[in-house]
Amino acid sequence: MADTRIEPQEILLPVKAGFIALTLISALMLNLLPWSGAWLWIKPDFVALVVLYWCIEQPRKVGFISAWTMGLFMDVADGTLFGQHALAYSILAYAGIVLHRRVRMFSGTPQVAHVLVLLLLNDLIILAIRLAAGADFPGLQYFIGTFVAAALWLPLGTLLKLPQRPRLDPDQI
Amino acid sequence: MEYSPPPFFKTGPTPLVRLLIFAVLSLAFLVADVRFSYLETLRQVAAVVVYPLQRIAAAPAGIARRIGDFFTTHGSLREENARLKQENFENAALLLQLKALQAENRQLRELLAARERLAIELVAVEVLYAARDPFSRKLVIDRGSQQGVHPGQPVVDDRGLVGQVTRAYPWLAEVTLVSDKGQFVPVQNVRNGLRAVLSGTGGDGALELRFIPLNADFESGDELVTSGIDGVYPPGLPVAKVASIERSADQIFARVTCTPLAGVANYAQLLVVSGSRELPPRPVDEKKQARGKKPRKG
Repeated sequence: MADTRIEPQEILLPVKAGFIALTLISALMLNLLPWSGAWLWIKPDFVALVVLYWCIEQPRKVGFISAWTMGLFMDVADGTLFGQHALAYSILAYAGIVLHRRVRMFSGTPQVAHVLVLLLLNDLIILAIRLAAGADFPGLQYFIGTFVAAALWLPLGTLLKLPQRPRLDPDQI
Repeated sequence: MEYSPPPFFKTGPTPLVRLLIFAVLSLAFLVADVRFSYLETLRQVAAVVVYPLQRIAAAPAGIARRIGDFFTTHGSLREENARLKQENFENAALLLQLKALQAENRQLRELLAARERLAIELVAVEVLYAARDPFSRKLVIDRGSQQGVHPGQPVVDDRGLVGQVTRAYPWLAEVTLVSDKGQFVPVQNVRNGLRAVLSGTGGDGALELRFIPLNADFESGDELVTSGIDGVYPPGLPVAKVASIERSADQIFARVTCTPLAGVANYAQLLVVSGSRELPPRPVDEKKQARGKKPRKG
């Protein structure tokens, strides 16, 4: 009996560095949109999501330097402690790089479960830093955004793989 | 690179080592920021890099608002116009009175040889977005140190005090709202002149008066204005209204909850109050001086 969990991997075109940079900048822009009220709680951390995606899919191209730099930009844009997001994203990148083979073995819900745990870890690190710096726990709604992010994982994967899909050659049909 | 053979011998440091490097770097930044406020230059540089993205990200909301303005109905415009005319008429009378009173006040102060009260200047700013940080209450406004917005300046709207500029970038600035947990405002009760310190609680619509004795004369409905003794906020800006007071005998202090007068949660245009007051020099801290003189024990 073949293991049904392991799907044959697609053969994709190599990803362009420019495309990776574009997605990271777009994620930063999405984070910077003027979210307010309840939307603020629902809003996923797009930068964490995209950084984790690339660390799992392209661990040799995206790693600590991009994750850490994006973290610093997030800190400046949000006016948070300088280094808070940088630390959290570095650890997220580490988890993504170490676990990338394992996560890519799975597809569908089991993969989302892995991603959810990693993103929750990211949240917990930021929470720990802020509590250590003297802030109050903002309530359990703090974690809602992460569940939304996990739900976005599969659509995001499909979207970001689009430029890598080989175009159908009309002569071969 | 995806299809190149993996570099067997030259892989650089392992992920764990890299993680340690970046984690230590981040922690160093955190400590430097929290404890010593170094790295402001680095923050300014990063802010300049992010600035275009911030402006672009905030643009759609502005455009949507303008489109919304364009499609307002004739009826609502007429209604608003009538209301504004009425308000303007009422205010004009008050303004005349104010001018007369100001002149009289100046004259009396001259007679008493008292110092002039501060004439405040206002800079109109627009809110770009509320910072996404769930642990604090901050806004980002569209003017910065290049336009004369500096840390420490109070920010008001048409009803009262909104907060204080806490960090200025070249073209943007961060405003910490009065409802932020670490924000304190020295206030005065309009009814009887009692002074107190108002602090935010981190929640949106709740402020708290700290260290109020049980027998202090505060009633719900009292209006609080800035007292101005801190040298940061000009005196007389409306801040909050007392919402409820709990006095229980088993506690030393009364629990006074207030609601901010300004629309702290809803925002579009705000005013930054500028103009520095000349304060008398601060009294010398005797303890500090004594400590400086005394040789350290041990």
